[in-house]
Amino acid sequence: MTDQKSPPQVTLTVNGARHALALDPRSTLLDVLRDHLDLTGTKKGCDQGQCGACTVLLDGRRVLSCLTLAVMKDGATITTVEGLAKDGTPHPLQQAFIDHDAFQCGYCTPGQLCSAVGLIAEGKARTADEIRELMSGNICRCGAYPNIVAAIQQAMGQQAMGQS
Amino acid sequence: MIGFEYARAASVADAVRQMAESPDAKFVDLMKMDVERPAKLIDVSKLPLDQVEETAGGGLRIGALVANSDLAYHPLVERRYPVLSSALLAGASQQLRNMASVGGNLLQRTRCPYFYDLVTPCNKREPGAGCSAVDGLNRMNAILGTSESCIAVHPSDMCVALAVLEATVRVTGPRGERVIALSDFHRLPGDTPQRDTNLEGDELITSVELPARGFAANHTYLKIRDRLSYAFALVSVAVGLELEGGAIRQARFALGGVAHKPWRNAEAEAALQGRAPDEAAFAAAADLMLREARGFGHNTFKIDLARRALVRALSQAARGTPQSQSSKKIT
Repeated sequence: MTDQKSPPQVTLTVNGARHALALDPRSTLLDVLRDHLDLTGTKKGCDQGQCGACTVLLDGRRVLSCLTLAVMKDGATITTVEGLAKDGTPHPLQQAFIDHDAFQCGYCTPGQLCSAVGLIAEGKARTADEIRELMSGNICRCGAYPNIVAAIQQAMGQQAMGQS
Repeated sequence: MIGFEYARAASVADAVRQMAESPDAKFVDLMKMDVERPAKLIDVSKLPLDQVEETAGGGLRIGALVANSDLAYHPLVERRYPVLSSALLAGASQQLRNMASVGGNLLQRTRCPYFYDLVTPCNKREPGAGCSAVDGLNRMNAILGTSESCIAVHPSDMCVALAVLEATVRVTGPRGERVIALSDFHRLPGDTPQRDTNLEGDELITSVELPARGFAANHTYLKIRDRLSYAFALVSVAVGLELEGGAIRQARFALGGVAHKPWRNAEAEAALQGRAPDEAAFAAAADLMLREARGFGHNTFKIDLARRALVRALSQAARGTPQSQSSKKIT
């Protein structure tokens, strides 16, 4: 970095904990989570915004942490996969992923989970087609897609959902 | 990514003042790949440009920082400008739509692989270096409006719908405010492919404005791509029709994925005026639209694909059965 100025100060609330950080402006939110805060659940896949493995919830909305410069998110509230379970009880979506065997290698799973939590909060997906379309930003190279859709349907409490 | 100075803009005026020293928008993915190497990044993301409001003329003013997802699901856009909503939802993924702004979408760079590949020549990245796509892997490249120096395409879906809606772009800079028609906003490559748009480096987009006419009854956005979602268009078509008494009163249509800008052709649009909305009329209009098209080998198939997609999209719009962006069946 240029070093003529002191590094920008950023405050982030991550999974309920407040962190005041002095950051190189180049730092992506993904690298801050993994390398500064030791929250390695969020995965680095392509690091180019094409795979969705790094998906987190930022102020309640799903975004790609690899394309987010942390300095631009001063004051933001972030939930990562580590913040989904409450008091040792898995989030209903995590339980649904287990129930439906919605993963093989598991590398995309933290991103799938955060993305699906965002999807449910948005309330735009009603049919299986709509779930598939609105989850298309999360690539699963093991091909667990049918089980991921089933797990999301369970979590939405709409297992009788039609296949339009 | 190389290091850069970071500064937050306190206001639009402050952003303009700082941009006089460090012009041009930058994209994080391109910075990561060292395609863009800014010395200073001016953060405009907290500026108060995130409103959607109705204008006195019955149109809509959309702040430059409105997220693509918020715009796609905005009730006024869904109801009055559904072709825009549809095009937005055909683009990228929901995570990216949550991050992408209207201004950023307008300014996005081409996805031509050679633009990103620092070891091969690219006139857009390095003027005068040469074009690797003309004789290279050019399946995704342009068939209309190309030049010897560049055959890149503008990858936006949103802008194709904005072209049909005849939107305008409001910008501000050291010389004051000005309004640029969407059709004049993006440039053809010519011999200056490094310039994507007519926005000056020290100007900031503040809003996009839509006129009252939204083609809510007869419209479609049809996107043809290599996978059904989360992929750039090989060819896309936005259509807006006004029908009256079994004939076409006005037609607006634009192609995406085929040129350095959303592609419209006034002659082709005029050819539909007063005609019955049937396949013969649509085929004639499509022929006019593609008359000057030229392929470069891998992408030559796009000429026929674009012609057929146009006929199909015009039929969808005329029938009032726009393409669904979740059920992928093309009817």
